[in-house]
Amino acid sequence: MNKYITAYYNDEEDLLKGIKQLKSKGIDVADVMTPFPVHGLDKALGFRRSRLTRVAFIGGAIGGLTGFLFQAWVFTKAYPLNFGGKPFFAVPSFIPVTFEMTVLFAAFSMVIAFFIRSNIGPGAKTIIHDERSTDDRFLLVVDIQEDEEVKQVEKALAEAGALGIQFKA
Amino acid sequence: MENQSFTLPKKLINVAIGMVIIGLISLAYGYFGGLGGERIAANLLMNNVYFLGIALIGLFFVAVHAIAESGWQVSVQRIGEAMSAFIPVAGVLMALLFILGGMHALYEWTHADHMDAILLKKAAYLNIPFFSIRFAVYFAGWIVLAHLIRKTSAKLDLNGEIFYFNRLRMLSALFIVFYAVTSVTSSWDWLMSIDAHWFSTLYGWYIFSGMLVSGVAVLIIILFILKRMGLMTHVNDEHVHDLGKYLFGFSIFWAYLWFSQYMLIWYANIPEETVYFYTRINQFGTIFYLNLVLNLVVPLLLLMTRNSKRMFLVLLPVAIVVFIGHWIDLYQIVMPGAVGEEAGIGLLEIGLTIGYAGLFLLVVFRSLSKHPLVPKNHPLYKESLEYHTNY
Repeated sequence: MNKYITAYYNDEEDLLKGIKQLKSKGIDVADVMTPFPVHGLDKALGFRRSRLTRVAFIGGAIGGLTGFLFQAWVFTKAYPLNFGGKPFFAVPSFIPVTFEMTVLFAAFSMVIAFFIRSNIGPGAKTIIHDERSTDDRFLLVVDIQEDEEVKQVEKALAEAGALGIQFKA
Repeated sequence: MENQSFTLPKKLINVAIGMVIIGLISLAYGYFGGLGGERIAANLLMNNVYFLGIALIGLFFVAVHAIAESGWQVSVQRIGEAMSAFIPVAGVLMALLFILGGMHALYEWTHADHMDAILLKKAAYLNIPFFSIRFAVYFAGWIVLAHLIRKTSAKLDLNGEIFYFNRLRMLSALFIVFYAVTSVTSSWDWLMSIDAHWFSTLYGWYIFSGMLVSGVAVLIIILFILKRMGLMTHVNDEHVHDLGKYLFGFSIFWAYLWFSQYMLIWYANIPEETVYFYTRINQFGTIFYLNLVLNLVVPLLLLMTRNSKRMFLVLLPVAIVVFIGHWIDLYQIVMPGAVGEEAGIGLLEIGLTIGYAGLFLLVVFRSLSKHPLVPKNHPLYKESLEYHTNY
């Protein structure tokens, strides 16, 4: 079971300043929960750019190929039908379905990947670190590896102006 | 930050004038080398429409963002405004082309002895007096609105009065409505009526989307030239990124419209419609497929990642490829109907395009040098500097 400390701020400016101060003391902020997107937070936390775009590309490529190959198989092998004298392997008529399948797969793969990675969506067990994070406060979480760290981190948080500091194990 | 006004560098003027001279020489070569009046007229029309379209997109770019009250584009707004300075020049050149016999060389419907049942049906729209009236109305509207928008924008820059900001928005709305109609009808007049027996209801949008892509490509190229001159220092990666998104997104939009037109005609397979693609695929096969590669495949693959949109190292080559690509697109629109099998890309085509590009550069940079490049009193200028984009 991992241990962590939560604390909150009333204002996003204080939050950004606090995170900077904690960083300068070598304390890693594991996660932040805010009621609205805060500009510059990703940079302050040192998050890398999201890899969701790659998921979208791979999902889209799979979708496009599936759509195209399935149609090619259906219209040439499985159930060839003559539509207005067109060839069975009629590429232009495959394009709309291929395009839609690309979009569909890219969208679904992104949503699913996001749900899994962020641990939300149907069936996920939600952890509420602090009741305040469901309202209007800016909550931050610091992971604790060893018990000796607790005092030190709590002190640093208090110095950085954080409120409601709680240790959870 | 200072205003970044600049005087036209001598070198740029010399290069541009050199390009114009190349254009004139190749025109003379075409005339005396016996390439035929049709080919010369078709080339002049094509380049005229191309650079006029780019100039109009410069104005469209400014206008559409003024209506949307978007912030980021304020940093590059001057380039769009300067591009619109080419509209009157294109108007004069085009009027000369039509007056000096280009009309008969290009449009079959101007010949009274060529009229058949289909052309007679269209005669209410396609006749010389009405054509001339439309021509005058288009250019009158475009030139007046472009002038007013540029003037209002310059006044807004003096002290940032909200009155001029609102007026700019009102003028932009007028231009957008006027351009929405005229961009479609002018493409019928000048391009679709080359193949007067044929028609497509999607045509206006297809032409417009192609113009939009090449206009943004030219905007990126001009921005790059200015940056190389040490100007436009307030334009940062975020703005370049957004221009890259424009180029990427509207390339796909263009391909979507191209394909919509192609697929419906291919599927319905009605002879009077398929004749358009029949001549293009059989006589201009290489150009026909090259068009799709340059204008869809290249921007789609090269501009897909975030970093490539933010770096001129990738964005500039793609912009140049797309600029050439849409020239080729216009080539396969104009040439099969206007010239037929004698068409080809030779000294005349390349030289004349260089000449037009030189003239365009000369006019645009002269206009750019007249106003400060930084619209620092624009109410949204600060927002533009703070602008930040993720994807």
